[in-house]
Amino acid sequence: MSLMKRMSLIFKAKANKALDRAEDPREVLDYSYQKQLEMLQQVRRGVADVATSRKRVELQINQLKQQSDKLTSQAQQAITMNREDLAREALTRKSGLTAQINDLSTQHAQLQGEEEKLTLAQQRLQAKVESFRTKKETIKATYTAAEAQTRINEAVSGIGEEMGDIGLAMQRAEDKTQEMQARAGAVDELIASGALDDLTASPNDDISRQLDALSSSSDVEAELAALKGQSAPQAISGAGAGQSEPVIDVASTEKQAEQ
Amino acid sequence: MIIRILGEGQYDVADSALDRLNQLDAVVESAVGSRDEAAFAVALKELLDGVRTVGVPHPVDAIDESDVILPGPDSGLDEVAEMLAEDGLIPG
Repeated sequence: MSLMKRMSLIFKAKANKALDRAEDPREVLDYSYQKQLEMLQQVRRGVADVATSRKRVELQINQLKQQSDKLTSQAQQAITMNREDLAREALTRKSGLTAQINDLSTQHAQLQGEEEKLTLAQQRLQAKVESFRTKKETIKATYTAAEAQTRINEAVSGIGEEMGDIGLAMQRAEDKTQEMQARAGAVDELIASGALDDLTASPNDDISRQLDALSSSSDVEAELAALKGQSAPQAISGAGAGQSEPVIDVASTEKQAEQ
Repeated sequence: MIIRILGEGQYDVADSALDRLNQLDAVVESAVGSRDEAAFAVALKELLDGVRTVGVPHPVDAIDESDVILPGPDSGLDEVAEMLAEDGLIPG
């Protein structure tokens, strides 16, 4: 049997089961309407949950981006001080953050998609529920058994199908949200534990410390150079490997000058 | 006739378009049968695009049962197979 027919049969079988439950067909209308209102509430809550989750991920992404920007500027600073090793370290840490950011961004896009779908589903259901309410009152007012039975069947099957569809959409959004919340929780924990923060933690992190040390030693060199009547602290540019070499370099420059 | 795409809504489709849709449906069906994920994704997309192209959206406040129901665009093969295997689609 074709896919289309099989899916349809599954839905209809369920909708009919719901109809069989009540003895008075008019009770089916009220029962169904009650269910619809409940479902509308659920969908509204679902939309709110997804939105909350999405905002949380947005905050996290921003937080990680700030840290990443900081690492970039540290790398630049390290390069101007000729400390490729430090720059490399900063960029390595940054690439770890970039992976996290990309991962979260993908999840964020998915959540946004679910949120949009669920919002549309909510609008569809809202329109149908309102329409059902009117129909329900009309059917009740003009009640003659045979005619009413047919119209009740139509209305309840039609709305049952819609509810089935929206039930699936909600389930899907809920799964995505839960998955996302678990991930967001893990990132929060990482940030709280300092594992991510440590990489760039304000003035005390190792890259900043080394850059500070470098800049004070380069200040010293600059002053030394000024005292000697030189315009630039050449020593620094020749000291890619370590911080304590400049003095020797200055000495060797003097030696060369003597020769 | 009315065709529902799950998660998307209902479309009114002229009966004259059904032959073509049935062909597309058969391709999806065989992909499900052979558990071919890649073929399934392509075939489902073609079928759904087909419905959207030949159909017009059914009024959103009309309460009408669909004649046929199709899985949504982001359904995976496993998901569809599972939906067909169990009959737990409609809550309540």
